[in-house]
Amino acid sequence: MPKLVSHPDEVKIISRRFGMGATNIDRYIELDGYEAVRKCLANGPEWIVEEMKTSGLRGRGGAGFSTGMKWSFVPKQSAKPKYILVNGDESEPGTCKDHLIFLHDPHAVIEGTIIAGLAVGSKMGFIYLRGEYRYLIEIMERAVADAYDRGFLGKHIFGTENEFQIITQTGAGAYEVGEESALMESLEGKRGVPRIKPPFPAVVGLYGGPTVINNAETIATVPHAIQMGGAAYSAVGTPRNGGTRLFSISGHVERPGVYELPMGYNLKKMIYDVAGGVRGGRKLKAVVPGGSSTPVLLPEEIETLGMDFDQVGKAGSMLGSGGVVVIDDQTCMVEFALRTISFYAHESCGWCIPCREGTDWLKKSLTRFHAGFGTRSDIDNIQYLAENMLGRTFCPLGDAAAMPTIAFIKKFRKEFEDHLNGRPCPYAKEGVPQLTVV
Amino acid sequence: MPDVTFTVDGKKLIAPAGTLLIDACRKAGIEIPAFCYYPGLSLQAACRMCVVRQEKVPKLQTACTTTVAEGQVFTTESPEIAQARKATIELLLGNHPLDCPVCDAGGECELQDMTFKYGAGESQFVEVKHHRDEQQWSPAVFYDRPRCILCYRCVRMCGEGMDVWALGIHNRGADSVIVPNDAHQLDCEQCGMCIDVCPVGALTSGSYRYKTRPWEMNHVSTVCTHCADGCKVTLGVRQSNDGSEIVRADNRDKSGINGDFLCAKGRFGFDFVDSPERLQQPLVRNAQGKLEPAIWDHAIRVAAGKLKEIRDERGGSAIGVIGSNRTTNEENYLLQKFARTILGANNIDHERTTDYASFARALSGHPGKTASLRDIAQACAVLLVGGDPTDEHPLLAWLLRTDVRLNRARLYVANSQSIKLARQAKATLELRPGDLSRLAATLEAGQTDFSKAILAEESLVVIFGEEFRGEAIENLIAWGLKRDNVRFAYLGDHSNSRGAADMGLFPDLLPGYVPVTAPGAFAEYPTLPAASGNSLPQMLDAAAAGDLGALVVVGANPVSHAKLDPAVFQHTFLIVQDLFLTETAAVADVVLPAASLYEKSGTITNTFGDIQIVRKAADRAGVKTDFEILVRLAEGMGVDVGALVPFGKRGTTGDLGQSRGAQSGEADRHSVWLEANGLEPRLSPFDPLAVLDEIERLVPGYKLDRINLFAGNDVHTEPASPKLESGFVPLSTLAAPDLVVPAHDTLFTSGTLGRYSIALKQLEQHQKKELAEFAAD
Repeated sequence: MPKLVSHPDEVKIISRRFGMGATNIDRYIELDGYEAVRKCLANGPEWIVEEMKTSGLRGRGGAGFSTGMKWSFVPKQSAKPKYILVNGDESEPGTCKDHLIFLHDPHAVIEGTIIAGLAVGSKMGFIYLRGEYRYLIEIMERAVADAYDRGFLGKHIFGTENEFQIITQTGAGAYEVGEESALMESLEGKRGVPRIKPPFPAVVGLYGGPTVINNAETIATVPHAIQMGGAAYSAVGTPRNGGTRLFSISGHVERPGVYELPMGYNLKKMIYDVAGGVRGGRKLKAVVPGGSSTPVLLPEEIETLGMDFDQVGKAGSMLGSGGVVVIDDQTCMVEFALRTISFYAHESCGWCIPCREGTDWLKKSLTRFHAGFGTRSDIDNIQYLAENMLGRTFCPLGDAAAMPTIAFIKKFRKEFEDHLNGRPCPYAKEGVPQLTVV
Repeated sequence: MPDVTFTVDGKKLIAPAGTLLIDACRKAGIEIPAFCYYPGLSLQAACRMCVVRQEKVPKLQTACTTTVAEGQVFTTESPEIAQARKATIELLLGNHPLDCPVCDAGGECELQDMTFKYGAGESQFVEVKHHRDEQQWSPAVFYDRPRCILCYRCVRMCGEGMDVWALGIHNRGADSVIVPNDAHQLDCEQCGMCIDVCPVGALTSGSYRYKTRPWEMNHVSTVCTHCADGCKVTLGVRQSNDGSEIVRADNRDKSGINGDFLCAKGRFGFDFVDSPERLQQPLVRNAQGKLEPAIWDHAIRVAAGKLKEIRDERGGSAIGVIGSNRTTNEENYLLQKFARTILGANNIDHERTTDYASFARALSGHPGKTASLRDIAQACAVLLVGGDPTDEHPLLAWLLRTDVRLNRARLYVANSQSIKLARQAKATLELRPGDLSRLAATLEAGQTDFSKAILAEESLVVIFGEEFRGEAIENLIAWGLKRDNVRFAYLGDHSNSRGAADMGLFPDLLPGYVPVTAPGAFAEYPTLPAASGNSLPQMLDAAAAGDLGALVVVGANPVSHAKLDPAVFQHTFLIVQDLFLTETAAVADVVLPAASLYEKSGTITNTFGDIQIVRKAADRAGVKTDFEILVRLAEGMGVDVGALVPFGKRGTTGDLGQSRGAQSGEADRHSVWLEANGLEPRLSPFDPLAVLDEIERLVPGYKLDRINLFAGNDVHTEPASPKLESGFVPLSTLAAPDLVVPAHDTLFTSGTLGRYSIALKQLEQHQKKELAEFAAD
């Protein structure tokens, strides 16, 4: 089990039960578990949705859409069954928060799912874990079985007339399936490619029924927000950005790990104080603020940057999944770009042309460029390519590859130019990766 | 849906709300490029070529998924959009091989066209392209993987369109490839629709690949010669040393009733015309009893002389005539006229595969009760009784599937077997032996869910298979006629079986199912024997008994079909017109090499009564059309051919060139022009159009919309409409139902023709192998 980190600035809401043995249902109940859902049963669906709207909780998957609003879009009456879908396909490089939730607090996910079900009138929830988290599915399944044993799940949950069932499922190892409609395809047993929208999942989702799909962290936050009360939860963060968030801090820092900090927490402080500063006292070169798909920020851009959806957006990047990747001054940004784009080229589902061909082309060009065989026009070409992928792809994966690439070139053009004229990578110590073509 | 008004490129357009923008634009003549969009298939939005700008929407939108609503404003051409499309093409070309000079699709490639239009010809891409080896999936389908742009049209066409689901996608990202269902081979219906819809040269046809360039072919629009559905087919014809050869068949302009569709036979089964076994000169049996090649004049003289001799000495009843299920209506009409007015007897029949005579009899006096293929394609409800269209009528199966899929039609299937179309059925009924005659009563009783559902339908098309004969047909039609809005179709076997029946290749029925005993308009024939003639089995019996002096067989093979001992013809002078030296031709006294349907002009009628024009596509040295052969036989017998073919009489006045001195004997340029434009010169006794005039004039139900027909469209006919004399029972129906022997051709067989098609043989073997492997798994 990975070591938990902590810092005095942390506000432990979601991570409150981490490391306290809450995978055990009795222990979870001892730690106020399943209190929120009882409160919800007593107050009814409208109350739940209102509480969620008040809490200001925004989707933790990356897009930051208001959870309460999302739930309110589900039609009250539906000929087809409604579903709750928990997106635990956590795959964004630099992000490892859901992992801890499944590991330490699986019942919070279950409780949140039940609450979502009560809010929209659904009787069935699915918890979908990424394929690489297969070892966590046992914990999750154990927790679900325990909840059934206690009557928290089933035909009459908590002895009421309400029914709620939960099914767990793992993916087969595809980043693309983190996209909500691709996840539904995958869950239905099909190839994990996204669907055309509209219709949106709230209207036509899993198996054609209205579906609420939330990130695992969002769902795990729900019971806490309910228990604290929407207003109290909202008060923790910044305006329009309620509560706390699990920030996965990785890269060249002294104390990497997952920290729960209030929304709007200063990024510079997060790096230098919470995570103990740049490793070995080196200089900070750049920060990726919200997972690998978000545009990179320069040290001067983070001085006063508060980590919430709106402030990071204003700074020209995105809060995304809260995966902060810290890059020190001994890192080659071309190689970093290559590493990033290699991921997207590998994970592109291949459905649409700009993403399928664009990521492949970028990867090939960057590999050659990084190995010292680039020309000046390659730099413009790479930017041209990325700009022509942006906004043109079927799903956001293309944007996720294009946005950081554009930022790397715009902000580190000089470093790209340093690779020209047959000069080897100035940072390479043990050779550079060469292009292999299938 | 109510109409809405929206603006595209400054033009106000009106379309029903919910119409896809791309469709609305295309209808209004605004071309929006797309690779993955294909009308009638599910939406993909994968190629991103159809992006347009919608007012007040931040991102470019795909026109293939945008539905129009009131007041929307779109821009479909702008520098921004052109750049987006150009970039997409640049990306595609990044891995697409630039082997256009050798690619089959070169010249008719959508990627090529769009590259030309959006100017992505210059590439900045210097990386090594992905290479993957080409694969052969079946004798018909090759996959050149690097050329694939992954538009998934083939996957959807195979799955949604064909309901075969033989194609899928492996891997992801730039490694994605289309894969066939059997790992490396296609186990499917081999229809080749995947090749047809491929916008580039990724899927190529085994019979066409690397043979020619599209611009080197003439594209001739005609009708398929195989099954009785009558798909329109475009033959790609190229000059060859031996006249001209057919190198490709498709439905290029998608104009026929079949639209996109062609099956394996239509697409690949044209190669019988080039079979090395094709007859190219007449054969005459010599004194030693051996068939030897002869010139046409001699062969005609021998055959006509013998016919005249026997007719004059023994009377017309000593001569029999067997017609064809594949020759044109004009040829069939001429054949029966030849038999009746020149040979002087009603001894004419054909190898009946369907009991059209009973069908016509049951419907007589009830016009407007037959369903055309176009009616079926739009029908709200269809009852399919018997038959297996997937195998025997691929176009009908396609139309029914499409009708269910896109129009939410309700299909009801009653069958003794479990047929594939049951997958599209709303309800099915299992038929047991003897149920066919009782079916009407069962439906009327309304005791099962199946019959209740049928009775609840406000309109219905009843399609029945060839297992229906005589009484069973009468019962079912009598039931339907009592209800409102019920129409019928009857499934036959060969491309012009219906035409053979309609044109009176019967010993007791004239064209249009008019009884010989009450000839009506046919009384104008110079002579018309009043007595019914012999049916085909009776003729064969007479031959065996030594009572048949001569037998003329046109495009038929009774020796093989009736499993005859060839010795039965030892006292019969046998004249055979055929493409090949069939079992029957092999024992003939004179064999006359005939042109195939692809080498002649005329009309044919499909099993639904839709008549279409057939255009001469290819040439074959040495052969003559059955029409010309008959006229020459008549001429050889000393007959005034003008009485047989009313040429030069009506319509455009004939000018055989006399007015210009008929220089060097060339044909009249005017008539050449007329013919080239599908008009009607009727200048020579060999012009089938002259006979079409007579068919229209005399055959009940064959009043044609000629302008439509000559424009290449299908025109519905109803030869069943005149009320037959009460009490008249055609010989063919109740008296001798075993006259009808269905051919039961499959996807890869086509009677005699299929035996000479190497392509169809290979496909059949491939599928047998696949099935054997499947069984072994």
